[in-house]
Amino acid sequence: MYDAGKILIGLIIFLAFATYPFYSNMGKAVAKPEPKLDTPVIQKMEVKKCVESKEFMRAEHMQLLNQWRDAALRRGERLYKASDGRTIQISFQNQCLKCHSNKKKFCDECHSYAAVKPYCWDCHFAPKEAKR
Amino acid sequence: MGALLSFFVVIVLVLIALVGVKGAGLYALFGIVIPYAAVTTFILGVILRVIKWSRSPVPFHIPTTCGQEKSLPWIKYNKLESPAGTLGVIGRMALEVLFFRSLFRNLKTELRDGPKLVYGSNKWLWLAGLAFHWSFLIVLIRHLRFFTHPVPAFVNMIDSLDGFLQIGSPHLLMTGVVLLLAVTYLFLRRVFIPQVRYISLPADYLPLFLIIGIATSGILMRYFYKVDIIKVKELTLGLATLNPEVPAGIGVIFYVHLFLISSLFAYFPFSKLMHMGGVFLSPTRNLANNSRMKRHVNPWNYPVKVHTYEEYEEEFRDKMKNAGIPVEKE
Ligand code: HEC
Ligand code: HEC
Ligand code: HEC
Repeated sequence: MYDAGKILIGLIIFLAFATYPFYSNMGKAVAKPEPKLDTPVIQKMEVKKCVESKEFMRAEHMQLLNQWRDAALRRGERLYKASDGRTIQISFQNQCLKCHSNKKKFCDECHSYAAVKPYCWDCHFAPKEAKR
Repeated sequence: MGALLSFFVVIVLVLIALVGVKGAGLYALFGIVIPYAAVTTFILGVILRVIKWSRSPVPFHIPTTCGQEKSLPWIKYNKLESPAGTLGVIGRMALEVLFFRSLFRNLKTELRDGPKLVYGSNKWLWLAGLAFHWSFLIVLIRHLRFFTHPVPAFVNMIDSLDGFLQIGSPHLLMTGVVLLLAVTYLFLRRVFIPQVRYISLPADYLPLFLIIGIATSGILMRYFYKVDIIKVKELTLGLATLNPEVPAGIGVIFYVHLFLISSLFAYFPFSKLMHMGGVFLSPTRNLANNSRMKRHVNPWNYPVKVHTYEEYEEEFRDKMKNAGIPVEKE
């Protein structure tokens, strides 16, 4: 090898970048997020059902919220027709956060795992939670 | 032709992922085995390729320069364009790698009526290339949020800078769009400029199509055909912590995205993409322009047996004297 010293330094830098995810997580066991559904409102429900199916909500709640916002505030439509035929009053505070009044144990549980910080709470009140 | 071939290769790759996951249900293969194999190929391949390169000597001292070489103290020399030492070389290389300095000088040449040869400024390739590489880097760094926990602050910062327009939900990330636009330009340039089309091979199109496929599937997945990001992170973090598992119920588009990325990683060491390492090893860039100060010996030179005049005279002095030939030493 010619210029072995320089080549090695280069390769070590390359390795440091390329394997970063492996060594920075070495030996870590990360708990999976478990959003809690044990709020008073949900506990009182007979059929425990969200606005849409659970799979849909998990993947698409951010888009649903965006649609709700646009519908309510830009077009003045405050009723949402769910895919199972129910008609639901559109409201962030009085729907989502009424049932999911445990923001820290629900929304934040997933969001801190996925490293997303919705800016909604700049304006919208997070529900008051009983300190445990 | 080359473009069509590469296009079909990428289409076939997409179909393989679709059939393999949706049809045959090979989740562990596409979610765990192939990604690991691809990353291993990438890392080992790059290292071996660089070691192979480092075995070839640099026979000539060939920095390309476009500035005054260092010479007499009263002649001003250009430290960056014609570096005389290591520091200058590092500065020049940094400009090259970070800002594509030499591509900035790209000219367009045309033969006009007259006949007259005219040169014009041509910065589009530089601009698109720079936009492409920087957005790719930022996209790559952003993806660390899937491979680390807790996610480092710099990743979050880059993500929020990238999404500071706060358009939509999930928020629009600008670099994804810039990446796709820039790589599309790089492709169209090959198709529409006749000279460039003439020299383009399938190996030039394949990386472009792969990257177009990766960016498209990623954008589709983020904004249109949503997948459960929490499960995706369970899978990717499992890969990073060497505890691989495949949670059920991730949309197939994720596996298409992952398979295209794995293909790109595995293909990397065998392709022109190795210019990532190659740019640092280009003799025209990484040598100092000091050929007048230092003697550069071709490493191929074998020791030549020489017989100097002194030795010659030593050997034949008597005979020379007898023949009346003048000698230097009596
Ligand atoms: C009427 C009460 C109610 C309302 C209103 C409601 N949810 Fe739900 N939500 C639920 C219940 C109950 C579940 C659990 C569903 C299940 O297990 O099938 C759930 C599940 C979810 C999940 C999936 C959680 C998991 O464990 O995977 C998300 C995300 C979610 N809701 C978000 C929202 C958002 C965003 C809104 C407002 C648009 C909303 N919910 C409105 C009751 C509600
Ligand atoms: C700049 C402050 C601000 C931010 C940030 C903000 N909102 Fe709002 N939002 C409002 C205001 C004001 C209303 C109007 C409330 C009304 O008239 O009923 C509203 C209404 C809504 C509505 C309509 C239904 C309702 O509750 O009356 C939805 C849905 C909504 N916001 C969702 C969101 C989501 C999701 C986010 C985060 C991505 C968000 N908002 C961020 C200020 C904000
Ligand atoms: C099952 C886990 C889960 C739960 C529960 C959950 N979210 Fe999310 N949420 C996510 C994930 C994952 C993303 C990021 C998606 C992405 O990056 O593409 C997200 C993104 C969002 C976004 C878009 C943020 C952005 O700017 O990209 C909003 C708004 C949001 N969630 C609101 C909520 C609210 C409000 C709740 C509680 C009522 C909630 N979410 C509960 C998983 C969850």
